[in-house]
Amino acid sequence: MSISMSPAETTIEEGKTVGIPFSDDPKFHLRNVEVFYGESPAIKNISLDIARNEVIAFIGPSGCGKSTFLRCLNRMNDSIESCQIKGSLLLDGQDIYDPKRDVVELRARVGMVFQKPNPFPKSIYDNVAYGPRIHGLANRKSDLDDIVENSLRKAGLWNEVKDRLDAMATGMSGGQQQRLCIARAIAVSPEVVLMDEPCSALDPIATARIEELIAELSESYTIVIVTHSMQQAARVSNRTAYFHLGHLVEVNDTSKVFTMPEHELTESYITGRFG
Amino acid sequence: MTKPGSHAEREGSQAELIRRSLKRRYRKERRFRLYGITAIFIALFSLVILFTDIISKGYTGFIKTTVTLEVHLDGELMYLNDAADPEQIAMADFQAPIIKAMQAYFPEASSRADMRELSRMTGSYASNQVRDLLKENPDWLGTTRTIEFPAHDTVSVYVKHAGDPGYSIRLTEQQQRWTDELLSKGVIDTGFNDVFFTSGDSREPSNAGILGALVGSLLTMGITLVIAFPVGVAAAIYLEEFAPSNRLTDFIEVNINNLAAVPSIIFGLLGLAVFIGLFGMPRSVPVVGGLVLALMTLPTIIISSRAAIKSVPPSIREAAEGIGASKMQVVLHHVLPLAMPGMLTGSIIGMAQALGETAPLLLIGMVAFIVEIPDGFFSSATVLPVQIFIWAGSAEQGFVELASAGIMVLLAFLITMNAFAIWLRKRLERRW
Repeated sequence: MSISMSPAETTIEEGKTVGIPFSDDPKFHLRNVEVFYGESPAIKNISLDIARNEVIAFIGPSGCGKSTFLRCLNRMNDSIESCQIKGSLLLDGQDIYDPKRDVVELRARVGMVFQKPNPFPKSIYDNVAYGPRIHGLANRKSDLDDIVENSLRKAGLWNEVKDRLDAMATGMSGGQQQRLCIARAIAVSPEVVLMDEPCSALDPIATARIEELIAELSESYTIVIVTHSMQQAARVSNRTAYFHLGHLVEVNDTSKVFTMPEHELTESYITGRFG
Repeated sequence: MTKPGSHAEREGSQAELIRRSLKRRYRKERRFRLYGITAIFIALFSLVILFTDIISKGYTGFIKTTVTLEVHLDGELMYLNDAADPEQIAMADFQAPIIKAMQAYFPEASSRADMRELSRMTGSYASNQVRDLLKENPDWLGTTRTIEFPAHDTVSVYVKHAGDPGYSIRLTEQQQRWTDELLSKGVIDTGFNDVFFTSGDSREPSNAGILGALVGSLLTMGITLVIAFPVGVAAAIYLEEFAPSNRLTDFIEVNINNLAAVPSIIFGLLGLAVFIGLFGMPRSVPVVGGLVLALMTLPTIIISSRAAIKSVPPSIREAAEGIGASKMQVVLHHVLPLAMPGMLTGSIIGMAQALGETAPLLLIGMVAFIVEIPDGFFSSATVLPVQIFIWAGSAEQGFVELASAGIMVLLAFLITMNAFAIWLRKRLERRW
């Protein structure tokens, strides 16, 4: 074990990321981001651009800070009192952490899908309709019906549930629940969808469905996905970012990361020497 | 790695060790189960004893003894020639026609002593009953009417409990003979005690009823619920969802937990000092009782509501926040409905406690002897446990069985309340 861990001790330089972390037309413009839980740093000086309509995958060993970083993008860390965020995080040039910024509006633009499917204990229809309802996106029942149908169609769930929209969402299978959560997230037409290990609780068939779905959604949304599965990152993403102990070690085109990684830590990880 | 032989040997002895430890584990498990079953059995047994005792002592409280007489409402006998004249009504003797009617069965009883004994066969308020009837129907004067009187407490005890060592018979030999004879003639009879359910307290057991206390309890509980539930739930939501965690909130939390353990009589003192002393509210009224009990119930509701809010899975909260629900929407749309069953359970436990509470109510004067059935939140009232307390300490033997019957009514009230809460909880759970 001591042999394979040796790269970790050798060559991380803070704030230095190899590959192509920046973009000309960024959706997210993130510079010198640092996150602390109390005193201990979780994210150490990360700079990254997330381009418009790209799918970017965050990979890395457990505890490397990829989920923490993802949750900074729509301020889901706000509810953790000890969590402190420094640096500049811009969405379309506007500061995400501006104290005057309305977090509700931000989250309507940056939707999120979580690790474990977490449908509300309500009917399938009410789950999808919840977002549009609270944001007042539909004035008439028929508009709402359309939004629900469209979202469920995009999530590839419509044919399975169109006859039982009044059924409890919690009665569905895990894969269906996760697709429902995706439908719920896209029902408010966000610009970005954050996915925090969306398939880790699903079987391979359900996972394949979700991955197909991500490919379809990538046409109209910017997608940031955290995953533990390197195959998944390779299948769904345009770019891949490798995190290590709070550092962003390498960002590159996905094909490059998995074939010719520039950094030796990335190489150790994708070849399975640790993680 | 040592030699393969010793490895196999070690394996064999290990299997033996596991087998032996398994046996021990199973024995432990069986013993533990036995403890559990014994505990439940003891609890059930005590419950059965309790219920049999209360029911066997109290069921006679639901039976009344009556004396039905043909009363000739003779004006001359009563010194009354106009029943519509209040002055005459006030002066008239309404006992005389009752004694006369009794004498129809026992013509030999004509001495003063006999007549006094005869008059003590019917309840003390029998003459008032005749007076009230005549007040309502002045034209009855001079006619003969069949009137059902409650039997005197001593007669009732003799009829219901002759031969029971728990009761002493206080009738004279002659009265006992009379009672036996009237029983055989059907003049004295027993029946369902409707008086118990339709009237308030009385000095006379045969006229005393639980309705006043029941209504008083309902009114008091109503006030308690209306105040304690919203305030408790709101406090829990604020503390759990919105309050910053600092020294002040820690201090508040510790104090809430302490308040839950404060003896209830302290709350009575507080009610006496603040509501009655400072605010000048009247004594003995359901409003003050309800307020005091609400204060007493609040900590229980707050603690259980906070536990219920804490148990809402964070994933639901995150899901709602992730779509862009505001804090308020997260709480109102998701946390509250999911926590509601738990909150209701806590509130019902608190309310059940409050329903059975006597001590704080004694201090704010709800222990008074109140005959009228309370007709509002500001009319004098007493509550079920206090009524039971009053009856249990009364001298007349008839009150003993009334106290037991009152306990049964209290238990029934409690069970109804809990059943309603369970139904409500089930309904809320189904909606979700």
